[in-house]
Amino acid sequence: MLLEVNELRKTYATGFEALKGISLKVNKGEILALLGPNGAGKTSLISTICGITNPSSGSVVIDGYDISKNFRDARKLVGLVPQDITLEPFEKVANTINFSRGLFGKKKDDALTEKILTKLALWDKRDSRLMELSGGMKRRVLIAKALIHEPRLLFLDEPTASVDVELRQSMWNVVADLKKDGVTIILTTHYIEEAEAIADRVGIMNKGELLLVEEKTSLMQKFGQKILNIELQKRLNQLPKEFSKENVKLSDDGLTLTYIYDTKQKKTGITKLLSNLSNSGINLRDIQTDQSSLEEIFVNLVKEKVE
Amino acid sequence: MNFQAVKAIYFFEMARFFRTLLQSFVSPVISTSLYFVVFGTAIGSRIQEVEGISYGAFIVPGLIMLSVMTQATSNGSFGIYFPKFIGTIYELLSAPISYFEIILGYVGAAATKALFIGLVILATAAIFVDLKIMHPVAMILFLVLTCISFSLLGFILGIWARNFEQLQLVPLLVVTPLVFLGGSFYSVSMLPPIWQTITLFNPVVYLVSGFRWSFFGNADVPILVSLLAISSFTIVCITIVAWIFNTGWRIKQ
Repeated sequence: MLLEVNELRKTYATGFEALKGISLKVNKGEILALLGPNGAGKTSLISTICGITNPSSGSVVIDGYDISKNFRDARKLVGLVPQDITLEPFEKVANTINFSRGLFGKKKDDALTEKILTKLALWDKRDSRLMELSGGMKRRVLIAKALIHEPRLLFLDEPTASVDVELRQSMWNVVADLKKDGVTIILTTHYIEEAEAIADRVGIMNKGELLLVEEKTSLMQKFGQKILNIELQKRLNQLPKEFSKENVKLSDDGLTLTYIYDTKQKKTGITKLLSNLSNSGINLRDIQTDQSSLEEIFVNLVKEKVE
Repeated sequence: MNFQAVKAIYFFEMARFFRTLLQSFVSPVISTSLYFVVFGTAIGSRIQEVEGISYGAFIVPGLIMLSVMTQATSNGSFGIYFPKFIGTIYELLSAPISYFEIILGYVGAAATKALFIGLVILATAAIFVDLKIMHPVAMILFLVLTCISFSLLGFILGIWARNFEQLQLVPLLVVTPLVFLGGSFYSVSMLPPIWQTITLFNPVVYLVSGFRWSFFGNADVPILVSLLAISSFTIVCITIVAWIFNTGWRIKQ
């Protein structure tokens, strides 16, 4: 266990309750994606764990070190890539990275600087001033700053917000490499596809609460509905009566039947449906199945909680 | 103690100073020279001597104090306000550094810059007037304490300020007037009796007086009172800074 959050609460001076008793355990070497709409409390959670804001109550332990009582030992293990691009515009890339390493009590390490900057495709920009860099490069500088003290737990707060598709893919590659090196990663994102692509587990937050944390695959199984699309040989004017009780719908053009079923159930009802179709003399052209995405799961889950 | 972090902050801040060395160095030299031309030549030709000292030499300690106090305040405030303003303060707050180490880095750098400027002005003044420092150790002590305490004051302002206007407010509307009215360019004894009493409520009087004593051996107020004043001011600033970090006021809301 690398991170243990117990009943963490954060209420701001305005009375706004950003975190309503969050409990969370994160294992070494895993990637956890925190999903949630704006104002869900994702950034508040990260800020509180990292020491940027004081918790109102609750505790956070990182690799056995309490973030209040043993703040030095706890923080040495943590790297943070913030959501906003916050860099001193007149500084040079290498200087700002060495500054970050110094803050963590470590002397300059030229070989490591070169390794990290090369990995992030920034080595040839090491003597450039930060204001001369593009948005994507700046975001990579932030990652370099967070990695230069060799953290074991890395927080990425919306690392791919407003970056292009190519850069997003390269960020995912960086994250995959870090995982190989044994770094534990917690990232927040709006992009469900991002969580789907790189996370081991997914946590869903809404209004200061952690609604659930699940293995990505089991989450998709648990909440995942599948859709069976059946293309017909001949157009149907209306859905035969025997199918009306089942979860079957006929498309407007009368050429496709859709059947929504739950993979969690022992009997999905597919065999029965296909057999009934055959008995009714309806001939099929093709069959396809679609899995509902994390996005649909997320929307449904948040909607359920609100209702 | 995370010395490496203190060093990192200190040199990062000093690098900012050296990036604008021309401005940091030339600006105090030019303004000091202008003060000597205006005050020393124009006014000094009418005043001649104050307490047995040529007017040109008399204003040197006040001139140094004026620059040191304003520079220490603005450097101290800008050093911490800038990371707050652009958001890089997250790095300081999430790093394994204590508040004491953060202050040591920022206030240390701001005080060093102010000290450097104070010494540049002293050197420039020595070109214009014949200067003798009667108590050099006390002079350095006063100078260093003033640099530190006003850098601490600046640090507090930097944390307090929500915008650039507020950042300039205290140095422009409080520190500079207090220094001008604090006997920098005149002896308190030259004022009418009622103003002599009122001026004693100005804390800067004690600092300028003590600093001038270290040059010429003359003081408006007893030297121990001056020393007590600057020490108390430093302690008050340290207490406020400690409170700010313990409560997270305007930093860790």
